[in-house]
Amino acid sequence: MRRILISVSLLLAGFAAHAGAMPEYKLVIHNHIFQPAELKVPAGVKFKLVVENRDATPEEFESTEFNREKIVMPNRSIQIYVGPLSAGRYKFFGDFHQDTAQGTLVVE
Amino acid sequence: MLAIALLVFREVLEAALIITIVCAATRGVPRRGLYVTGGLVLGVLGAMLVALFAGALADAFSGVGQEVFNAAVLLAAVLMIGWHVLWMSRHGRQLASEMKALGGAVQTGSSSLTMLLLVVALAVLREGSEVVLFLYGMVAGGAGGLLGGLALGVIAGVAVGFALYFGLLRIPVRHFFTATNALLVLLAAGLASSAARYLVQANLLPALHDQLWDSSWLLSNGSLPGQTLHILIGYDAHPSGIMLVFYLTVVVLLVAGMRLLGKPPNPQVSPLTAAESGH
Repeated sequence: MRRILISVSLLLAGFAAHAGAMPEYKLVIHNHIFQPAELKVPAGVKFKLVVENRDATPEEFESTEFNREKIVMPNRSIQIYVGPLSAGRYKFFGDFHQDTAQGTLVVE
Repeated sequence: MLAIALLVFREVLEAALIITIVCAATRGVPRRGLYVTGGLVLGVLGAMLVALFAGALADAFSGVGQEVFNAAVLLAAVLMIGWHVLWMSRHGRQLASEMKALGGAVQTGSSSLTMLLLVVALAVLREGSEVVLFLYGMVAGGAGGLLGGLALGVIAGVAVGFALYFGLLRIPVRHFFTATNALLVLLAAGLASSAARYLVQANLLPALHDQLWDSSWLLSNGSLPGQTLHILIGYDAHPSGIMLVFYLTVVVLLVAGMRLLGKPPNPQVSPLTAAESGH
């Protein structure tokens, strides 16, 4: 059991160390609109996506095309890890304001 | 109002489908309604608490508190469902040999009711907290048609749950608990794979290949049928490797456990026939 725990923590530590070198991209939500609405990211690379909510209301950042969802509280930022994705266009949206909060991840 | 109703509907649907399967699996258990109601009330209260502390939760565990929390809630539900499925297999066999139908109902009832209460509460808590945050934002943003949208969404979601329930009741009694056991196993496996997805999102687990396949041309995650199957059997149009690992692990463990502990519950001693008063 102890050995398992040690290997698990080593494994997790490995990921944490790896995360440091990861490229980072940023999206801003303002007036329930994503800026930029199209975000270019490299294909085949895992990256960190930071989403900042500059509105006074909560939003849920979501993509059913690259399988991510996370609540972003008012005037706060979240970070999520995405990919590595293959080249293509992946839509994302703000679940709480879908009429305006729409965007695309352009992976190339 | 329609936008509000749609969002509420999708969240309520997720909880309603889970509750429906669990209700079908505990068909005929006495005092079931009381425990479902208890689970609903606990779940709604929990959802408000989670929404209230959403900011603190988001900051916990260096910013991945939301993922850790969601994964923990999902895995707790997996444990409850798994425990129930295995418990039923063991006691179904034991009771069959002892032919103590009445005592069996009481014992089966106690296991099922604990599971029922907790799984209902967990499902409502997870989906409900999103609804609370959404509605809070709508109120703050001064949106109209709030109550109408909320009512419409809840009613539609619950109606789908009831439709599924009455559909399940059409399964012949002889095969009923075999069917609900299979549904519970797939439900638990799907919840476990969702937990894995959150842990990958938080970078706490490796994805083991991000998109194993892409069947979104056939059935996308965003579509209503896709979402429904996602809840019921854990369907995903482009799962990561680790999601599949979690899914298969739960299926293998539960099926092996059921085989090992005994046959699926025998209808002769199932709560359905043992407790006529449950109707």
